[in-house]
Amino acid sequence: MATNKKTIAAGVLDWVDARFPLTSTIKGHLTEYYAPKNFNFWYFFGSLALLVLVLQIVTGIFLTMNYKPDAELAFASVEYIMRDVFGGNIIRYMHSTGASMFFVVVYLHMFRGIIYGSYRTPRELIWLFGVGIFLVLMGEAFFGYLLPWGQMSYWGAQVIVNLFSTVPFIGPDLSEWLRGDYLVSDATLNRFFAFHVIALPLVLLGLVAVHIVALHEVGSNNPDGVEIKATKDKATGIPLDGIPFHPYYSVKDLVGVVAFLMVFFAIVFFMPEMGGYFLEANNFVPADPLKTPAHIAPVWYFTPYYSILRAVPPIGISQFPGVVAMGLSVVAFAFLPWLDKSPVKSIRYRGKLYKRWLAAFVVSFVILGYLGTVPGDIWGQFGPWLGRADRATVLARICSVVYFAFFALMPWYTKKDQTKPVPERVTY
Amino acid sequence: MMKKMFLQAFTSLTLLVSGVALANEVHIDVKAPISMSDKASLQRGAKNFVNYCLNCHSANYMRYNRLQDIGLTDKQIKENLLFAGEKVGETMRVSMNPKDAKKWFGAAPPDLSVEVRARGADWVYAYLRSFYKDDTRPTGWNNQVFDKVAMPHVLYELQGVQVLDHETHTLKLERAGKLSPQEYDQFAGDLTNFLAFMAEPAKQSRYWIGVVVLLFLSVLFVLVKKIKTEYWKDIR
Repeated sequence: MATNKKTIAAGVLDWVDARFPLTSTIKGHLTEYYAPKNFNFWYFFGSLALLVLVLQIVTGIFLTMNYKPDAELAFASVEYIMRDVFGGNIIRYMHSTGASMFFVVVYLHMFRGIIYGSYRTPRELIWLFGVGIFLVLMGEAFFGYLLPWGQMSYWGAQVIVNLFSTVPFIGPDLSEWLRGDYLVSDATLNRFFAFHVIALPLVLLGLVAVHIVALHEVGSNNPDGVEIKATKDKATGIPLDGIPFHPYYSVKDLVGVVAFLMVFFAIVFFMPEMGGYFLEANNFVPADPLKTPAHIAPVWYFTPYYSILRAVPPIGISQFPGVVAMGLSVVAFAFLPWLDKSPVKSIRYRGKLYKRWLAAFVVSFVILGYLGTVPGDIWGQFGPWLGRADRATVLARICSVVYFAFFALMPWYTKKDQTKPVPERVTY
Repeated sequence: MMKKMFLQAFTSLTLLVSGVALANEVHIDVKAPISMSDKASLQRGAKNFVNYCLNCHSANYMRYNRLQDIGLTDKQIKENLLFAGEKVGETMRVSMNPKDAKKWFGAAPPDLSVEVRARGADWVYAYLRSFYKDDTRPTGWNNQVFDKVAMPHVLYELQGVQVLDHETHTLKLERAGKLSPQEYDQFAGDLTNFLAFMAEPAKQSRYWIGVVVLLFLSVLFVLVKKIKTEYWKDIR
């Protein structure tokens, strides 16, 4: 009986394998995909990003069942989900918390790539696909944020779309074309809904797929920045420091998944607003085109770039330089593979110079992030000796310069840096 | 060294998150007496809301029968809180036309369903206690936490008439109302408590679901950690 069953299963598998690469795909990506055995804490965030993507898609589908993309009904439909849909409040909080946690996880994932040089040869394309994912994710978050149709949704969208009106010559027409109206309105809400629920998710899934395919083609980097494929077992051809992704990393990532879910659900159930950072208080006031809020702040994950936008002084009356700087600050990550001239990949074997620049960059990023959440005059002004400039704005300018210098000067300081010798094999 | 640096970065990040407060125009130095377990207070607040607020302010997302969550039965809701033939499954609407309201008051009274989430309970509690007589205003009333507010002091019969001392910026009771100051504070507290409940009626239930979910995940964590250790035993 048992043998009979086994033959049936094997027969079905053979039948499928003759028509679809099932066994070979499972082998290539899971059971015979050899990952370095020395992954540490930072290597959880890739699989966690995938988990959050799935959570966002699933909760998003359920939200779409009751949400109404109509300026007259949108705000009320969100409250309907919060009150009258069974489990609606939990689904909505999972989606809103998921948006922020997506950025937490992706920022940590990117930081991992930076400190261990995962963008270096031969992984440049993985990195570029990743930057693409990051850009699409920002678009996804921006379009999604309009949908609750609260005051912050409305005026945040207004501010961002108006950025495009600063483009010389075509700007005003461009922003009107994006909005589909003279101001953010029902037409804007409808198209943002379309972008949020179908257009960008499709692009995102495609990019995630090629990100992973490219990774599995060249193999994972590791905290030592050593290529494990350089030392293979002569008989089997398997990297000596490699272990099959399944079961070793599938069970390890499972630990990360459960730990992450504990943090995630602690936020969802006990502090979904996260003190105004994940859900802003002003967004519980329905959108009103006639009432501009005194202080418009983007959600926290956009604030470093928003700070840079505000920090760059206008030329004449044109705010375009700030907009260009903001765009550049996001795109700058794409150039890392070609800016880094260090002979070593991992921070473990880099010198003091690089570590100081990286620390300065991280500190600037965090300060810019904070400053983006508060008004520019939060700390008052300097005296006449500094032209009564806003203290916060001056600090934002300094941090912006450090931010860009980290990228612009990278070819110089990575070359000059005193690196340490890299071992032949990974340390475990 | 690196580890320490990241740890410090993380701690400063979490501090940043926990220490945030939205920039409000006025500083609120009272704490609203919010207690979701105080069913009596919530029920008094519901009665106050229906009697005093619900003529002008709607709560369009709040269903009457949701008051079951604060311990009222459908029968009690029908007998005590429904005056104009509404059904118990309907939401708390008002019949005042927003256009008329704008003509009469200068601003349409906002819907109060999620007011506490927008303003904070402390603000609402302070607002209800901070009306004062101001003859320069069309309604004759002003408010210390909401300058030039369009709403007249609907509750002045209860609270009495306060005046503003322009030197000390404090409010003084000029003429006593039907309630003593302590009684009025309790009235405003109950009302705020109810408004806080109404802003998110499912808040209480999500707390205990959260506890169950986290307990489950803690057990699961121990198990997956054991599985991981078992599998990784042979990796050297």
